[in-house]
Amino acid sequence: MPRDRSTSTWLDRGFGLIGALAAVISLLLFVWLIRDLVRLGLPRLSWGFLTGEVEDAGRSGGIGPLLVSTLWILACCLAVVIPLGIGCALWLSEFVRRGSPVARLVTGGVDLLSSIPSIVFGLFGMVFFAQTLKMGFSILSGGLTLACMILPLLVRTTLTALESLPADLRPASAALGLTKTTTTVKILLPAALPGIVVGITLGIGRALSETAALLFTSGYSTRLPESVSDSGRALSVHIYDLALNVANGGPMASSSALVLLVLIFVLNSAAVALSEHWLRRRHSFS
Amino acid sequence: MTSSRNTSLSRSVDRVAGGILGLLALVSGGMVLLIVWHLFAGAWPAIEAGRLGAFFTDAKWQPGSRRDPQFGVVTMLVGSFLVTLLAVAMALPLGVATAVFHRFYAPAAIERWNRRMMELLIGVPAVVFGFWGLMVVVPAIVRFAPDTPGQSLLAGGIVLGLMILPLIALTSQAALQAVPTAQLRAAAALGLGRGRTIWSVALPAARGGIGTGVLLALARAVGETMAVVLVCGNIPQIPGSLFDPIRPITSTIALEMGYAGASHKALLFCAALVLVLLTAVFVASFSFRKNEADSGTGGA
Repeated sequence: MPRDRSTSTWLDRGFGLIGALAAVISLLLFVWLIRDLVRLGLPRLSWGFLTGEVEDAGRSGGIGPLLVSTLWILACCLAVVIPLGIGCALWLSEFVRRGSPVARLVTGGVDLLSSIPSIVFGLFGMVFFAQTLKMGFSILSGGLTLACMILPLLVRTTLTALESLPADLRPASAALGLTKTTTTVKILLPAALPGIVVGITLGIGRALSETAALLFTSGYSTRLPESVSDSGRALSVHIYDLALNVANGGPMASSSALVLLVLIFVLNSAAVALSEHWLRRRHSFS
Repeated sequence: MTSSRNTSLSRSVDRVAGGILGLLALVSGGMVLLIVWHLFAGAWPAIEAGRLGAFFTDAKWQPGSRRDPQFGVVTMLVGSFLVTLLAVAMALPLGVATAVFHRFYAPAAIERWNRRMMELLIGVPAVVFGFWGLMVVVPAIVRFAPDTPGQSLLAGGIVLGLMILPLIALTSQAALQAVPTAQLRAAAALGLGRGRTIWSVALPAARGGIGTGVLLALARAVGETMAVVLVCGNIPQIPGSLFDPIRPITSTIALEMGYAGASHKALLFCAALVLVLLTAVFVASFSFRKNEADSGTGGA
């Protein structure tokens, strides 16, 4: 008995020590990462950098047109994925029986989709959107490819939001004589909106950070795009190109990386803050 | 009369809405088929030309060579496999130990703060990880081992490991938190100390959840392109040591698709198919485990 207690104390101390050490190491690793990115990227960061033209293959100038291209790609992506993803989730949760063969097939398909590597989405987008549908290397091709990639995330978050609604909303609304469609549009969708918005915000973050899927779809042009059928280089692709293909591209890539990182952090913090805010409000109601 | 017309009207509204939403759902669910079909179509010229055998048996990858064209994917498969293994070998102990600390030792404030940080870090773009690896990790390796190029298996493993660390730490922590408190209390009531409880009760109970997290991390690491293409050196070879350059499958696709000719392109599509198959295996075993776990708790 005393022996067992002493091994237990040892185990306890060991776990505490190793755990604390691991936590400190992982923390330090990430502090290292962030510190380097800030140290490398901050010196050239200015208003001129954010708005300037890309000059000398990216070695000088700024990233103005790339930010515009990135936003356009994002807009194309969201315009398709929001109706598609929310529609799919609404159908799965409100219009078919859970566990029915069709529903399982659709959920299975969406889950499989989330397992496909981003570079494969890029290949698919290149063949399907750019070549078969003749969109070429364009903002539209890139945006649609990203839409396929973000789709599972949006379907999942919307489904979770719908499933976490109080169960008696549906019979109560049916008892009032409302159709399923009215119930869905006027009651369930607004009630689930917080969760959906969080999903969309996370999706935007994922889309902004994606590179591989855009390599062969949205093109490399660094000019300001005039329409969605123009080629446009996303910020993430710019970092990749500067780091891999442009000699002495490092410094400008650092600043672009810092801009991207800040964008993503702001978006993801917003998603976390929103979901916590809504969660608290719901709790204070019930 | 009006009421019956109303019901029939509302029923048809529901039918139309259901039809539209169903169509959207079918498009969403069928997307994966469309993708796989296009991959097959892209790979077909190589399969038709009987290159698939060479794809798995040739020793080298030099599809553009006139004199001695070889189409072996094996070096790249080995590259993908090794770099993934290295990443998980580094991230798993660190992630699980961090999770244990957060669950059982850390004060609530620290746990909360660290979890927030991990959640943020999951979102760091892969290209930023890769770029940081190129600017910081690679030079550090060169300083440590001056005769090597720095861009290596080791660099890829470090960058990839760091990338999946938050994923493993968070899923492990969730798994530990899902262990019923009753079990922990029972262990305490039996006179087990905290260390013994963690070792004999909490960790075994959380093993399934931790394994699931590892599978997800594996799928993500194998499919990752940007974090490895910048730091691995991209020479298609079987590495002799940690400091040798390698070239994962994903990097090959990213590097060569831009200039590949028709038959070369078909081979890259074959490589993409192999990649999809690999990640599908991880995800399939993941959902298999999940189903088993679900039915397990359902039965109990």
